[in-house]
Amino acid sequence: MMKLREVVAELGLEVAVAADALDREISGGYASDLLSCVMARARAGNVWVTLQSHPNIVAVASLLNLSGIIVTEGVSLDPATIEKADEENIPLLTTPLTTFTVVGKLAALGIQGVD
Amino acid sequence: MVKPKEVTRVQELVYELKIGDVMTKRVVTVTPDTTMAEFKEVLRVNRISGTPVVEEGRLVGIISLEDLIKALLAGHIEVPVRDRMSREVFTVRAHESVVEAVKVFSQKGVGRLPVVDEHGNLVGIITQGDITHGLLKAIELDYHAEEISRYRASHIFEDIVSDRTSLLLRYKVSARDFTRGGEAASNIKRALTRLGGNPQTVRRVAIATYEAEMNIIIHTDHGGEIVAEIQPEQVRILAVDHGPGIADIEQAMQPGFSTAPEWIREMGFGAGVGLNNIQKCADEMHLESTLGVGTRLQIVVYLQPGESGLMEGDDEASRSCC
Repeated sequence: MMKLREVVAELGLEVAVAADALDREISGGYASDLLSCVMARARAGNVWVTLQSHPNIVAVASLLNLSGIIVTEGVSLDPATIEKADEENIPLLTTPLTTFTVVGKLAALGIQGVD
Repeated sequence: MVKPKEVTRVQELVYELKIGDVMTKRVVTVTPDTTMAEFKEVLRVNRISGTPVVEEGRLVGIISLEDLIKALLAGHIEVPVRDRMSREVFTVRAHESVVEAVKVFSQKGVGRLPVVDEHGNLVGIITQGDITHGLLKAIELDYHAEEISRYRASHIFEDIVSDRTSLLLRYKVSARDFTRGGEAASNIKRALTRLGGNPQTVRRVAIATYEAEMNIIIHTDHGGEIVAEIQPEQVRILAVDHGPGIADIEQAMQPGFSTAPEWIREMGFGAGVGLNNIQKCADEMHLESTLGVGTRLQIVVYLQPGESGLMEGDDEASRSCC
């Protein structure tokens, strides 16, 4: 299985928070901007791709024990989001790429969806 | 904004553990007069890859498998160790932290370090393998300590005698307080995990509670309350608010039906699947609502024996009373 650290390097992601939790194995991936859909479908250890940036993404990631969040399209992170991610030690990664491109690159690295 | 990075347990341990704790105390040594052929036998018999060289109790050098290979290649197998050993010996002290040895290993590229006491006497030897072994052992001890505290938490109720014991957790949920969204769910999740709930059950309770909590944050006028009652055989989550109430429950249960305004949808909420998520996670779900009065949502998730850390009632009567 691939580690978040390798994904950060391959996709050139910026690490906003929790650089010390990057060695977790990624169990798969999920992409959605609707939090209830993430709650319903994402699995523990998944990396989540979204363009939402408010603090609740951290709550969702923490409840589901996700391996990390990739926030796309260069969205600037809410300071409260960064603070919460730091508290929960949830890796928060950012990129100027679109969600579509990020998911394509993750798939090319062998990270599979939950279906 | 970002706090200093939390140090990992391993980082802490390399400072906490002393070299004396992880070093090998039984040190195999050779003298400067030992021949390289004899040295080869010492390595083979003891299954090691190097030794300190000691003369009259004094550390005078260090010799390794690499030195032996070089001697073999040069045909110098019968020469004394004194001709092939390294005379520049890096040492560490037994009372120093393991991190000191880690530093020397990474800076000097040596494979082993003799450990000396305050008088310079050889008291042990440390390799990178000893450090790894010592760290793993310490982490294993930590893990056992964690297991024990978990065991204690899950047995906290054993001494509490009643016909039926349950644990009640109450959380106030404020309307529109998105920054605290999921806090009740997160705390209930932590409590259940601590009590010994299996991850699948805890996950279902967490998802259902999160959705109920977000519904109070998103839709109510004055917030509400989440109450989790952990019982021996089930967890009951009660989400209560005082309005505005749901006009048509059947319609609200339809996947995708949403009354959330645009600004809430923009945050990724109000997709109209929250109640469905709750239904999927719950073993029982009861939703009552009166317009202008409020909504009362009860979610029940069944537990396997032992998951709640609570004692089951002794007789059928106590079990069927609820």
